Amino acid sequence: MKNDDIRASLLKRSRAAKNERFGKILTGLCILIIITVVVAIFYFVASKGLATFFTDKVNLWKFLTGTIWNPGTTDAQGNPQVGALPMIVGSFGVTFLAAIVATPFAIGAAVFMTEISPKVGRKVLQPVIELLVGIPSVVYGFIGLSVVVPFVRRTFGGSGFGILSGTFVLFVMILPTVTSMTIDALNSVPRNYREASLALGATRWQTIYKVVLRASTSGIITAVVFGMSRAFGEALAVQMVIGNAMLLPSNLISPASTLTSVLTMGMGNSVMGSLSNNALWSLALLLLIMPLIFNIIIRKIAKKGAMR
Amino acid sequence: MAEPKDMITVQDLHLYYGQQEALRGVTIDFRRNEITAVIGPSGCGKSTLLKTINRLNDLVPDVTVTGTVKLNGQDIYAPNMDAVELRKEVGMLFQQPNPFPFSIYDNVIYGLRISGEKRKNVLDEAVERSLKAAAIWDEVKDRLHDNAMSLSGGQQQRICIARVLATQPKVILMDEPTSALDPISSSEIERTMLKLKDDYSIVIVTRNMQQASRISDRTAFFLAGELIEYGPTRDIFMQPQKKETEDYISGRFG
Repeated sequence: MKNDDIRASLLKRSRAAKNERFGKILTGLCILIIITVVVAIFYFVASKGLATFFTDKVNLWKFLTGTIWNPGTTDAQGNPQVGALPMIVGSFGVTFLAAIVATPFAIGAAVFMTEISPKVGRKVLQPVIELLVGIPSVVYGFIGLSVVVPFVRRTFGGSGFGILSGTFVLFVMILPTVTSMTIDALNSVPRNYREASLALGATRWQTIYKVVLRASTSGIITAVVFGMSRAFGEALAVQMVIGNAMLLPSNLISPASTLTSVLTMGMGNSVMGSLSNNALWSLALLLLIMPLIFNIIIRKIAKKGAMR
Repeated sequence: MAEPKDMITVQDLHLYYGQQEALRGVTIDFRRNEITAVIGPSGCGKSTLLKTINRLNDLVPDVTVTGTVKLNGQDIYAPNMDAVELRKEVGMLFQQPNPFPFSIYDNVIYGLRISGEKRKNVLDEAVERSLKAAAIWDEVKDRLHDNAMSLSGGQQQRICIARVLATQPKVILMDEPTSALDPISSSEIERTMLKLKDDYSIVIVTRNMQQASRISDRTAFFLAGELIEYGPTRDIFMQPQKKETEDYISGRFG
């Protein structure tokens, strides 16, 4: 080849470079579409949800702390009755209780699967956990309705519907998520920490308790917060067992409601643009913001974990 | 009681990983208050031998051990021997510095804490003594509560030495303790080892022949799971008796 030919071929964009550019554009486009969709959802929910406060002039504080939810009517002063506190309490109640119940089980199962018997863990428990993740929430709700609710009714009295039943159902639902993330956290603890601990004369239990769990604390907290975020957003299964009474729950077995259950029940029965519809969007906005806060917490924890 | 000259006696030790024989009838004695270097090419079983002395091989599935290993005259593979107690007598240092991601203080007292020591003055005293013995006290005394992971590799390895010393073992096993470190850190570790010799019996596996000749009193050469030659370091390096030893130390293979 003559020098001119070489120069010409170098100056021309090669086939590989063209391919690379095509790939860049294609993947970039996908990202762009996803971002657009997310932003559009946020904008839509926010514009509807904020209308309650800007168009209908509902006080934000009263919305968050009011205990009576009856958007169609007004109280003595003529303010619409849109107090979301019962649902907020219900949502946080089931979420935190489910997380508190699920965490020890998840840590126990994860320790068994990673430290004590990885063989049985991989062969038996791993498929079980994957199966649990795959069960649709309506099935969980149905089981909750026909098993958990009667059980709670017989054991603790009341109707059986309430936060306690919701907790039990959510506990089973978030357990696989929290467990598998805890397993990842434990597996990411380097093997040589365990060796060092054992070589210093620690028992297996001491090694698990004092080194493995301690070194993976941030990962475990992330797993729990992730599970909470899932529990907070779960609608169907909770709705089936919680009783759906828009009352501030006085105890764990009195019927209550969550943000999600009110949404699924009320959305079809209100007219777009009306106050009762906007108030529901405000609840949706709240549901959108909470996982965001959970995510920020997760990132903070992960950052702190990475620094160590 | 007169203490025998040999700290560890190994007799006809065979070790199998599944079907594969990693140690083929090893008989060797390690002397008290000496540094013994174990050299040999990769896969010759030198690390495996080290891990039979603190029974860390127990953790590997499918391991079979035959023969006897005695520590201070006590058979450590005897059925009533507690491996956890044994490991408090036989400390180990690994190739990669592996401090826990805790504070320097918590790292050093780990061994004492798991033995149930809670008295603060005892722990404080142990931290100072161990860090001084590991020749790192001056570098870290003002930041004992900083995370040990923030130290350099050589400092981390000396923290690991201090962690081993805190439990006051009789023997310290070292599995290529300087191979992941730079030359300056390595020589600091070597200096530390020479100081420790008076109080501890040290067995060091190394691939660095200069290191073996610098610090050890006796050297054992292994090849394919067998002990080829064993004697005073000077003799091994100056007048090896076997051809394999000569070939290895002169760099003809391995």
